[in-house]
Order: sequence, then structure tokens, then C-alpha cells
Amino acid sequence: MNLTLKVWRQAGPDAQGHIETYPANDIPASASFLEMLDIVNEGLIAKGEEPIHFDHDCREGICGMCSLNINGVPHSKEKAVTTCQVHMRHFKDGETIWIEPFRANAFPVLKDLVVDRSSFDRIIAAGGYIDVRTGSAPDANSVPIGKNIADEAFEAAACIGCGACVAACKNASAMLFVAAKAGHLNQLPQGKPEKDKRTLAMVRAMDDEGFGNCTNQYECEAACPKEISADNIAKLNRDYLAASAKEALV
Amino acid sequence: MTALTQSVRSLWDSSIGKKTVVAVTGLVFIGFLVAHLIGNLLVFVGEEAFNHYAEWLHGLGHGAAVWVARLVLLGSLVLHVVATVSLTRQNRAARIAYAHEDTLRASKSSKIMIWSGLTVLAFIIFHILHFTVRTDAQLAKIAAESPYQMVIVGFQNWLVVIFYAISMTLLCSHLSHGFSSAFQTLGFSSSKTRSLLDKLGKAYSLLILVGFLSIPISIRIFGYGS
Repeated sequence: MNLTLKVWRQAGPDAQGHIETYPANDIPASASFLEMLDIVNEGLIAKGEEPIHFDHDCREGICGMCSLNINGVPHSKEKAVTTCQVHMRHFKDGETIWIEPFRANAFPVLKDLVVDRSSFDRIIAAGGYIDVRTGSAPDANSVPIGKNIADEAFEAAACIGCGACVAACKNASAMLFVAAKAGHLNQLPQGKPEKDKRTLAMVRAMDDEGFGNCTNQYECEAACPKEISADNIAKLNRDYLAASAKEALV
Repeated sequence: MTALTQSVRSLWDSSIGKKTVVAVTGLVFIGFLVAHLIGNLLVFVGEEAFNHYAEWLHGLGHGAAVWVARLVLLGSLVLHVVATVSLTRQNRAARIAYAHEDTLRASKSSKIMIWSGLTVLAFIIFHILHFTVRTDAQLAKIAAESPYQMVIVGFQNWLVVIFYAISMTLLCSHLSHGFSSAFQTLGFSSSKTRSLLDKLGKAYSLLILVGFLSIPISIRIFGYGS
């Protein structure tokens, strides 16, 4: 396949970035998107040019490290995949592909397509944990948990923290991420005792990081590689309002 | 009391708190629009019924009810506008534009909420000056005799009818996203109810559009009441 790439290049955090055009020739249709970039980078290195910098780690769709906004959508328009699991067979020969970093003020660009997502870490540090040691995994069924609760908590826990929700949102809102992380712990016996404290702390940390506000367009849900439901956001709204009321009145 | 004030303040400063204000005040308007529409549609029953309704409304609670309603509506409007403008500003500051942007699911109406909202705000100001304050002396004179005739005469002007139609269309767009959005923000939405609320919102906004547009169209285009 022969493609034209429009890639965001930025030398450093404070440098002025721009879109650069690169040809990507002789790309096998079986290559993954990141392998395609590897091939383009080999060509750039051979010519003595700076390769395109991008984030990646496991390349198995489970670590949440790869990012990239592909043709205007995080992780491409393919449903429920991370960038590393996007394959070139989904593109047409001769196509122009736009590749940009995940965009949000709370995700500053470090270099080219690499963004700093440590704002997510700070939200987790504010309350996305359980304070006491709960020991190793308990024996099955020793702690009774309803099937629906277990399922909902498990679905929320599938969040890999990649930041696609923020990148997809026109307001750069982190509500789906926070809702998944808080919702996962808030429903389970181990996390429930700290539900109010956690919810208030995580939402406040999110606001402090400069993320935008959710306007219920559900672009986050559509872009999420793990298909986390925006129902978690409704649940977070509910929990936050209840926790605020308790904080004010009790 | 200080702790309570502080809590209210931090709720207002938070993204969810401000959105809650938008949702609650939005629901006030969703309820008001239904009542307002039912009252307005009495114009089709006849002059006597409409004027009797207007008289009854203004005499309710010895004339106090209409003022209580006006104060609640004005307060809701101010809070709704102040919160949404502030949220929109924060949203724009939070995002850096993509060179090439696309969406997967966002509805058209959800993308123009601030613009449809600000147009409706301009309409509300015009509408109050037109039919409530009655800045037009001739119309005010007619209204004193018969509110029904005020509506008939008021909608003889094409510019008024066109502005009314544009505003109602944008109001319909605003409501089609705002209705289900309010329930999501207040946490009443779930996997079982989200699609139902969305359909209900679209049906409601269409009802509001057709209901309110039927009056100026019947009067100006089909000559009703003349």
C-alpha cells in the first residue's frame, strides 16, 4: 500500500508544532498501524532525519500506552480497538491519513505524538485506591457480591487509562475515565466504605487538572477501546451530588 | 452555616455542580413550556376561552402566583445562562483544536447548544417586550381590551413570525439534546433508561416545535382570527 501521512511534528513541549507530510510507500496490508510508523521511521532514520516519536508499549491492546488521533478520532474509527490493534488493511491504497497527538490542555505534548498523561495518575492518587490492605484475592464466593454489581464493576475496571475519552471529547472532559475508576471501586465491598471521600476527591482533582466539562455527547463512549459505558458518568454524577449533600449537611 | 456556604460554593465551582444547576433549571423550563403551550393553544378554542384563561392566570393567588412564577423563571434563566456560559468558556480553554477533526456519535443539536441557547435567550427578551411588557403602544392598547386580539395582531408582522419560527426551531434543537442530557447529569439515566429518555426528549421537543409554531402559522399564513 502507498499512503500519504499528515503527521503532527513538535520538537519539544514549548516548541511550535506543525503538520508535516510524509509518503508511506510499500506498506504491507497486514502491518499494524504502529508497524507502519516503524517502517516510515526506518526510512527517516536512513535519511538522517528525526524519526516520528510516538507512545507504545505492549502492542497487545491492554496497556493503554499507545495513543494517536487517527483521521480525527482517537485510536481510529475502528470500534473498540487501541491504535496498536489497528491494521493497515482497514485503510485504502492511496489514502491520506491524519495523525495527531491526543489533544487536551491537561495532556501537554512532550514531543511529536507523545503526550504527558500524568494528570490521570494524579486523579488516581487523589482517591482511586483503597486505604487499607484487603489482602490477596478472597476465595470465590466468600464475599457475596451480586452478579449485576460484579459485572458492572468489572466492566468499569476494564478501563486502561489511555485517555481516548479525553481526546474524543470536544471539551476534553475526563468524566468517563474518572467515572470508570471511581465506579469500579465504589460498588464493591472493599471500596464502598470510602465511596463519598473518593468521589469528592477524584472529581475535584479532575477539575483542578483543567479538564473540560461533560456535555453528554457520548463521543467518549464511542471512542473507548474498552467500550466503557457512559452510564458510569450518570452514576458518578449521582454519587458526587449525594457526597456533596452529605458533606454539607451531615 | 460557614461550612454549608463553603459546600455550596465548592459545588458551584465543580464541573458536576454547575452542570446540575443547568440540568435543574433546564427541567424548570421543560415543565414551563408544556404549561405555556397548553395555555397558548386555547387561542384555537376561541377569543372568550383565551381571554378567560388570561384573566384566570393573572388573578391566581390574588395575582401573586404569576409573579412567583415569573421570579422562579427569571432566576432559573439567569442561573442557566451564567452556568452554561461559564462551562462553555472552561470547555474551550480545556481543548486544543485538531488540524483534522471528526466525530463518531455527537448529534448536530449537541454541537450547537450554546448558539441555539443564546438565540433562544434573544428570543425570550424580544418575546417578553412584545407580549408581556408590550413596548408597542398600539399592541398594549389592544391587549388591555383583549389578549386574544393582541396575539392575532402581534402575529400579523412577517418579521415577528420569521424570528419566532427560527427561534422555535432552535429551541427544538436545544431541547432534543437538553432533555435527556438533564436526566444524565442528575444521574437518573442508566443502560435501561438512556435510549427511552433520548426518544422521549426528541418527541417532547418536536411537540413543542409543532405546538408553538401552529399559532403564528395559522394566524399569518392561514388567516386564523382575522
